[in-house]
Amino acid sequence: MLLDVDGLTKTFATAEGPVAVLRGVSFALDAGQSLALTGESGSGKSTLLHCVAGLEPFDGGAVRIGGADLAGMGEAARAALRRRTVGLVFQQFNLIPSLTAGANLAFQARLAGRHDPAFCAHLAARLGLSGLLDRYPEQLSGGQQQRVAIGRALAARPALLLADEPTGNLDETTGDAVMDLLLDGVAEAGAALLMVTHSMRLAARLGGRLHLAQGRIA
Amino acid sequence: MMRAGMAAILSHWRRHPVQLAMLLAGLMLATALWTGVQAINAEARASYARAAAVLGQDRLERFVAEGAARFDQAAHVALRRAGWPVSPVLEGRIRAGGLRLTVLGVDPLTAPPQSGLAGLAAQGGFLRFITPPGEVLAHPVTAARLTEAALPGGPAIRAAEGVPEGTLIADIGIAQAMLDAPGQVSRLLIAAEVPAGLPDWREIAPGLVREAPEGAGDLARLTDSFHLNLTAFGLLAFAVGLFIVHAAVGLAFEERRGTFRTLRALGLPGGRLAALLAGELLLFAVVAGGAGVVLGWLIAAALLPDVAATLSGLYGAAVPGSVALRAEWVAAGLAIAVAGTLAAGAQALWRIARLPVLAPARPRAWAMAAAGGLRAQAAAAGALAVAAGALAVRGDGVVAGFALIGCLLLAAALALPVALHLALRAAAARVRGVLAEWFVADTRQQVPGLSLSLMALMLALAANVGVATMVASFRATFTGWLDQRLAAELYVTARSPDEGARLASFLAARAEAVLPIVSAEAVLDDAPGQVFGMADHATFRDAWPLIAAAPDVWDRVAAGTGVLVNEQLWRRAGLRLGDPLPLPGGALPVAGVYSDYGNPAGQAILGLADFDRRFPGLPHQAFAVRTADPAGVAEAVTAAFDLPPDRVLDQAAVKRFSLAVFERTFAVTGALNLLTLGVAAVALLASMVTLGAMRLPQLAPVWAAGLTRGRLAALEMARTLMLAALTAVLALPVGLALAWVLLAVVNVQAFGWRLPLHLFPGDWAVLFAAALAAAALAAALPVRRIARLAPADLLRVFAHER
Ligand SMILES: Nc1ncnc2c1ncn2[C@@H]1O[C@H](COP(=O)(O)OP(=O)(O)O)[C@@H](O)[C@H]1O
Ligand SMILES: [Mg+2]
Repeated sequence: MLLDVDGLTKTFATAEGPVAVLRGVSFALDAGQSLALTGESGSGKSTLLHCVAGLEPFDGGAVRIGGADLAGMGEAARAALRRRTVGLVFQQFNLIPSLTAGANLAFQARLAGRHDPAFCAHLAARLGLSGLLDRYPEQLSGGQQQRVAIGRALAARPALLLADEPTGNLDETTGDAVMDLLLDGVAEAGAALLMVTHSMRLAARLGGRLHLAQGRIA
Repeated sequence: MMRAGMAAILSHWRRHPVQLAMLLAGLMLATALWTGVQAINAEARASYARAAAVLGQDRLERFVAEGAARFDQAAHVALRRAGWPVSPVLEGRIRAGGLRLTVLGVDPLTAPPQSGLAGLAAQGGFLRFITPPGEVLAHPVTAARLTEAALPGGPAIRAAEGVPEGTLIADIGIAQAMLDAPGQVSRLLIAAEVPAGLPDWREIAPGLVREAPEGAGDLARLTDSFHLNLTAFGLLAFAVGLFIVHAAVGLAFEERRGTFRTLRALGLPGGRLAALLAGELLLFAVVAGGAGVVLGWLIAAALLPDVAATLSGLYGAAVPGSVALRAEWVAAGLAIAVAGTLAAGAQALWRIARLPVLAPARPRAWAMAAAGGLRAQAAAAGALAVAAGALAVRGDGVVAGFALIGCLLLAAALALPVALHLALRAAAARVRGVLAEWFVADTRQQVPGLSLSLMALMLALAANVGVATMVASFRATFTGWLDQRLAAELYVTARSPDEGARLASFLAARAEAVLPIVSAEAVLDDAPGQVFGMADHATFRDAWPLIAAAPDVWDRVAAGTGVLVNEQLWRRAGLRLGDPLPLPGGALPVAGVYSDYGNPAGQAILGLADFDRRFPGLPHQAFAVRTADPAGVAEAVTAAFDLPPDRVLDQAAVKRFSLAVFERTFAVTGALNLLTLGVAAVALLASMVTLGAMRLPQLAPVWAAGLTRGRLAALEMARTLMLAALTAVLALPVGLALAWVLLAVVNVQAFGWRLPLHLFPGDWAVLFAAALAAAALAAALPVRRIARLAPADLLRVFAHER
């Protein structure tokens, strides 16, 4: 089992008192498989993804990636895990503004110590970025930026790719094209995918579907 | 609408108290340094004016001798007999009780009204005043620091308000004795109302000239350059402070874009909005400016004793040690705070008023626009550098010297971003490794936002290097020079001519050589100066600090066929070796030039015999003594003649005294320097906090990719230190250029002497460390903030709601 989430709980302290967002979430994801995570806005999908990625600490339960439990890890170990094992694609502003598209594309792979220029060039070609590598993020359209973000995540050959509405900020045509590239890329790389989406249509394209409601998997 | 708008705008500060504190602190510091300097200057100028106004001399015409400092009082008698309403004044300086004092001898019966004098008759003290040993009037502060025994002739001391500090007023007969000027007067004051029909004064007193009142007088003129110096520092500190205000205002405006947009959408016109914001700035300017004025007053009070010591040591000007609150600098301080705030906020206000729809922040676009501006900046820097070069070659006068410094510093400040850009571009091409590449790229993105405060840091550092180098060069040169100048082991001064004669024979039996020191006041190159008589002795032949000399200089001086002049006189009068120098009793060719630091006046040295011929009747009272046993001789003299300690000085004591004056001079500039560096650190902090708000989108992706917040914070600190180090390295040559200008241009213009430039790499290392420490201190808060960023804040970057 690549990812094993067991009884995960997360409560936010707010001005109006504690808000229990995740109340015992459990699911599992095998290597190379894909899951869609759906739920109403505010149901805690992003929070769950952040906890799985080790970006947010959680209160109870376990998140095991390749057998190692995030609950017992310090910040440095979780950062190392992100560097080597987990790829992340968010809704927007994924890229490092001071680096060119090309440098962004290679960034994660180089951090992970798995940089392969040929693979990067192949990804750039597949994602239709070949002519754009010298541009800075703010010189790219939203769809182009998301393609660079996907390429960056895949170039590092992560075992687990976490995506939070990666096409949520794009128009439908662009979004579909980007989604095709994402799913193809994941399949080609053999990575597992956990993707948050609003769209049932997109969810249907993945191997399975989790629905989050009332802080639990329904 | 306006009220609601104001409330909405001001609510920002409640949520950002640190920002508010920074803005107010920047303004306050800038105003404080400026005001402090102004307060010091105002205090000094007021005391010069008080000194000039004694006996109404700033309003009365006077008769003075043509080409001489003093003349015989017979002229006074003749003029009075002819009915001229004149009153004699003898002026001279003495050193007593560790103070430099101005002695004014007056005729109490005819003197113009002067507080203190009027009280004499009423208290029946008139006789005591004019009868030896007499009585002197002194300001209560001066009186408290003097004892009767310290004054020649031992007159009684009476405290009198209205007498300027550092001045003694005595009966002219008493003053003539105190100053060893029997029968001499310096000038005759002419009463404001001269009766008609008096005989022509030219026939009664040939050799005298009639002069207009002196106004603020010699002191103001002499000390002008010193005050200009302080003003320049105050201005520099103020400019550095404005960087902070600029950064803080820019940040506050940037962060309130949302509010502004909403207010605009609700129908508030852009002009109104700008007016509201200007009102807000004005409020801050008045509050922080007021606090700055108070702080400036405290700074002035802390620095004034050193300034006063400098002015008295260097120019013999007495300035009181306390600062009075004066409307002139309080108002000026507030005005400059308001003007500076509006100037620093003008750019932001202009943007608010003009742009109807505010675009979201785009730091990268900002960086690239700034890069476009780099070429223009480089061109401006080049032009200013050329102007500085032209001023260095062609410029004349203290003002040109400071203009040169201004051009130099401005050129360097403008060149700094260009230099940083080039350095980072070169680094980008060389570094290997993904983090290093990101580090350099990210730094390049930060530079435009930081460059203003880095400029401030560079100016502060350059000023530090420049002034420290000048001071250290001066100290090195000055101590070497003192060793030459003070070649004798012991300096002894008798209290009277008679005692002088006995002292000379007493010493002759106990020392290897007894060399009389005699001097007289004289007009040299149309300005008051001093003429010395010097014995012909190996002490002087071997050691005197000559800058230029004819081959047989000492023989010519001893024979009375040549004269030595000090560097000040030499430069001011444009003399060359062999040129004739007009002197009382006939001109002599210049045979040599010697350096004479710490003396603003012209000086000439004659052979002793020649001196005695030209100034007959001046007794030999002071002696330089060569001996292998200075302590023994000093003890013997003190015992035999019962001389007070300040009349028997060994070489070390004189040196200590001379050096102490200069240490205090430079303590002031040192303190201002350090404060400026502190202000620069605050400016850097302000910019970093400004950028901190824009940092999240730059850092969040890197954090998500697998770097800890601690690592990011460490890199942020490294970046700040790197930029500070680069800035410091660039500041070094600028500072050295500044030192050169100070030593070779400003000092020559202001004081009349030129000093060699000495390099002190040890000081640079200390300053470099100080720059890094200042940068680390400035970065500490923003860096800590990064290390403790809440993950939720970082994650918000990627979320939809931003
Ligand atoms: N840092 C936070 N502090 C307080 N509440 C939060 C925080 N982050 C998320 N929440 C709340 O948790 C709930 C789930 O948020 P999120 O995971 O973003 O939902 P989703 O991604 O499903 O739309 C929401 O009610 C949100 O307001
Ligand atoms: Mg979400």
